[in-house]
Amino acid sequence: MNFIVNILSLGIPFSVALLIASLGEMFNQRAGIFNLGCEGIMAMGAFLGMLIPYSIGQGGPTSGIYNFIGILVAMGVGALFGMLFGFVVVTFRAPQGIAGIGLQMFGVGTAGTLFRHFVGGTQSIPGVGNLPIPGLSNIPILGPIFFSHNILVYLAFLFVPVAWYILFKTPWGLRVRAVGTNPRAADSIGIQVNRVRYQALAVGGALAGLAGAYLSLFQAKMFSDGIIAGRGFIAVALVYFGHWHPVKVMGGALLFSLAQALQLAIQGQGINFPYEFAVMLPYALVIIVLAFSKESQLLGPTSLGKPFNREKRI
Amino acid sequence: MTKQFRLFYKATIILLAILAAMLIGSVILLTIGANVFRTYTVILFEPLKTTLQLSEVLLRAIPLTIIALGISVAYRSGIINIGAEGQMLMGILGTTAVALSFPELPKVVLLPMAVIAGGIAGGAYGFIPGILKAKLHVSELLSTVMLNYIAAQFYTFMLRGPMLDPAEKISGTGTPQSMRLTRSIWLDRFLPGTRLHTGIFFALFLALLIYLLLWKTSYGYKMRAAGASSRAARYGGINVTWYLVIAMVISGMFAGMAGAVEIAGVHRRAIEGMTSGYGFSGIVVALFGGLHPAGIVPASFFFGLLIIGADMTQRLVGVPANMVNVLQGIIILVIVSTKMILADPYLMENMWRKYQSLTKKTKEVEA
Repeated sequence: MNFIVNILSLGIPFSVALLIASLGEMFNQRAGIFNLGCEGIMAMGAFLGMLIPYSIGQGGPTSGIYNFIGILVAMGVGALFGMLFGFVVVTFRAPQGIAGIGLQMFGVGTAGTLFRHFVGGTQSIPGVGNLPIPGLSNIPILGPIFFSHNILVYLAFLFVPVAWYILFKTPWGLRVRAVGTNPRAADSIGIQVNRVRYQALAVGGALAGLAGAYLSLFQAKMFSDGIIAGRGFIAVALVYFGHWHPVKVMGGALLFSLAQALQLAIQGQGINFPYEFAVMLPYALVIIVLAFSKESQLLGPTSLGKPFNREKRI
Repeated sequence: MTKQFRLFYKATIILLAILAAMLIGSVILLTIGANVFRTYTVILFEPLKTTLQLSEVLLRAIPLTIIALGISVAYRSGIINIGAEGQMLMGILGTTAVALSFPELPKVVLLPMAVIAGGIAGGAYGFIPGILKAKLHVSELLSTVMLNYIAAQFYTFMLRGPMLDPAEKISGTGTPQSMRLTRSIWLDRFLPGTRLHTGIFFALFLALLIYLLLWKTSYGYKMRAAGASSRAARYGGINVTWYLVIAMVISGMFAGMAGAVEIAGVHRRAIEGMTSGYGFSGIVVALFGGLHPAGIVPASFFFGLLIIGADMTQRLVGVPANMVNVLQGIIILVIVSTKMILADPYLMENMWRKYQSLTKKTKEVEA
């Protein structure tokens, strides 16, 4: 019992970075943009999230404010990066796959360069601690699993129904889905396709930045070059796995992080299993999951990855 | 539209693209308070000043050329290979395995065998995303990235376990590295005082080979057709999925052979961090070289220059060597955008009209 509680209470906070990033990527893909640069935006978010608390807000009663500013900056720059990507793939209509790789290199490289210059080496920061919900966190079993995490864990899971509402029940969500499904039809009823795509990219970028800041401020409480470790790419894969639906995406994020928690717990039990193979597991899982979701690609936005050119005849 | 105008238009766009790339780079450089002009001159000219540094640039260009050649074959066939990093690691393991198993064979037998083993290991690793794409529609972008992480872990596992240097085991320092490979696998260093090895001729030979394959054989024609327009190619009776897999295997083989050349020519034992990002730089080199061997060879020299130059900025102007990744990212974004602008006939038409109305006005004024 204790073992299972351990895995669950470990796995839920692990899932948050994946969850936030893949919800952002979901908005991108619903609008028809395949943003492979998520990894790069997350790296920028992770660096910026820790930079301000590290350089000006060490300790003291006001450190919470600096953490908050750090998160805001991470989200803002994430949105900017999303729009930079929009400039390349929406305005110039460049192929999205290779452009995403460019954005990833740019983001990871910039984060690394700035980190070397402003921080130097690996530095741990106090970060943001846990916030057990009074009363609820004392419930046996359920308390440690659901109610003794940091604040962003609660907010991230609360964001899932919000994302569902935005996507399916608001005019903006309808526009996003329209430009991702049939941009020409959307255009004919007066939706400005490129503008909506830019907006979706900004939202997705901000969420990716937040996911990065979560990793550095809440989870690892430090920054290093490999901190994202492919989570940005896994987030992209989770959107496929989750059939472009917020609740299913959440399920995917939980599945992956629980697998990771299980792997850590098994190692903690002292079972002799090569460490490297355990680390491989989530990456191999992505490939397996993608290989078995061949049909699900039919459910995706039909204009995913296709640039829209208003002047072009069909 | 006159021919001169077309040429002028294209040259202007390319010039603007280069300026845009340098401008975005400058923003990052200004953020860290570096001297922008000095940084660029150090990166571009400092490594050319001594023979030793020039030889190091050429040394980096060797694996870059080989990897970029492979990536261009895949790209031309309509599949993007970001997995060169992992395929190169597998190639290194293949070469190491052969060299450790048959150390007593003569050089004429062992060296080709080891390089082929590297190629096969890399090709097999490239086969996985190829077949997944062809049969199960798994995006090669995601699967190759994941395979990179898997290969990196597998590589460390091999170096810490089965391939660990026995001397390391005895001394107990535990540096994950293999034994020094037998002398008969070494590529000769032909320029005294430098590490420049004969792999450079092998790379040039492979460039010629790829040119012949893609442009002088029917296989190459079918591959390029599959990449240019898969529907039309299928209609024309080309088995597109089959050529997709073949292209990915070739791409992996080249990355694997790059690993083999790197270990036989430079390190002579498998160590950690040997790929040092060549797999990703290879993508940029392939794009920058216009996906053509004749462009890739000079492009890989240019990126070798960037890598060595960025190493030197650390010491000379205090700009971290990671700057090379920033530049590579920018270059990809700018190249793909520029390609689209150049391919847009409407824009050129528009500019031509504007140009005409402008010249007409000036003529009227003159009259």
